[in-house]
Amino acid sequence: MTSTDQTDTDLRSLLNDVLGLGAARAAALTADSGLFGALPELDSMAVAGLLTEIEDRFDIVIDDDEVDGDMLGTYGDLLAFIARKRGEA
Amino acid sequence: MPATWPCPGPSGIADEYAVLFDRARAVRLLIVPPLFEEMNRTRRMLVETQRQLDGLGVDSMLPDLPGCNESGQVFSAQSLGSWRDAMATAARHFGATHVLAVRGGALVFPTGLPGWVLEPQKGASILRQLLRARVLSAKEAGREESSADLLEQGRNKGLELAGYRLSAALVAGLDAAVPQDEGQRVIRQSDLGGSALWLRSEPGEDPAQSAALARLIAAEAQG
Repeated sequence: MTSTDQTDTDLRSLLNDVLGLGAARAAALTADSGLFGALPELDSMAVAGLLTEIEDRFDIVIDDDEVDGDMLGTYGDLLAFIARKRGEA
Repeated sequence: MPATWPCPGPSGIADEYAVLFDRARAVRLLIVPPLFEEMNRTRRMLVETQRQLDGLGVDSMLPDLPGCNESGQVFSAQSLGSWRDAMATAARHFGATHVLAVRGGALVFPTGLPGWVLEPQKGASILRQLLRARVLSAKEAGREESSADLLEQGRNKGLELAGYRLSAALVAGLDAAVPQDEGQRVIRQSDLGGSALWLRSEPGEDPAQSAALARLIAAEAQG
């Protein structure tokens, strides 16, 4: 498994923990699956919690300035952002 | 069972609520809940843990932090100091022999009691998440705010974060506070199985986790 595959697995697991999606919905996320704006559970408090968990589990620091619709719009956007932060892409 | 206990506050003694399972048994566990939204997210889990503990022969009490849940006291008058005083008062009132502090509860629990802390959290992490939520919702509304400016403002004059009016003392206290456990055993989420309920954007429950937590505490307390 490459580190990017591992990031994908870990991010699905994290979204499952934060959003309570259940394993099946978490596994069914595709790059185009909408996140912020598409999932009503994902309000600003939930996004703040999600970002804090991402920082802890992926050992990265996210500036408030980096958080916007481009980063959180879809599952693919968020995965690419984390991979870039970790120097994987 | 709901019970009340007398809690000192700025305007005298206030009656605060607690969920109490009391059959005058030898082990009496005080549960200090997490702070802010995590308190709501974990409430069902903690009350279910109390039911399980009751079945395992352990008494327990889950008091409200002043200003939170059913409390009639004003949230904006609270600080880590007032919560520490309140939890120490509740421990004495109910004759607690052990303590379980959950997440941010580890910042305010009575440290003289033996017991457990569940995934303790630093005050600065709690504050950072609250500040971030505010910056994000401001951004959605087309306003630019910065966490650093808000923190400065909060330390001087207090601040509204995620619908809570935090006093300057609470902001400064959170910014500096680390978990107070010293000798209490740290329980990790991996010890309970499943995923952490305090992370959930919508409150959930998981009876298996509550049962695992209760078994662990009962076994260690009853030695």
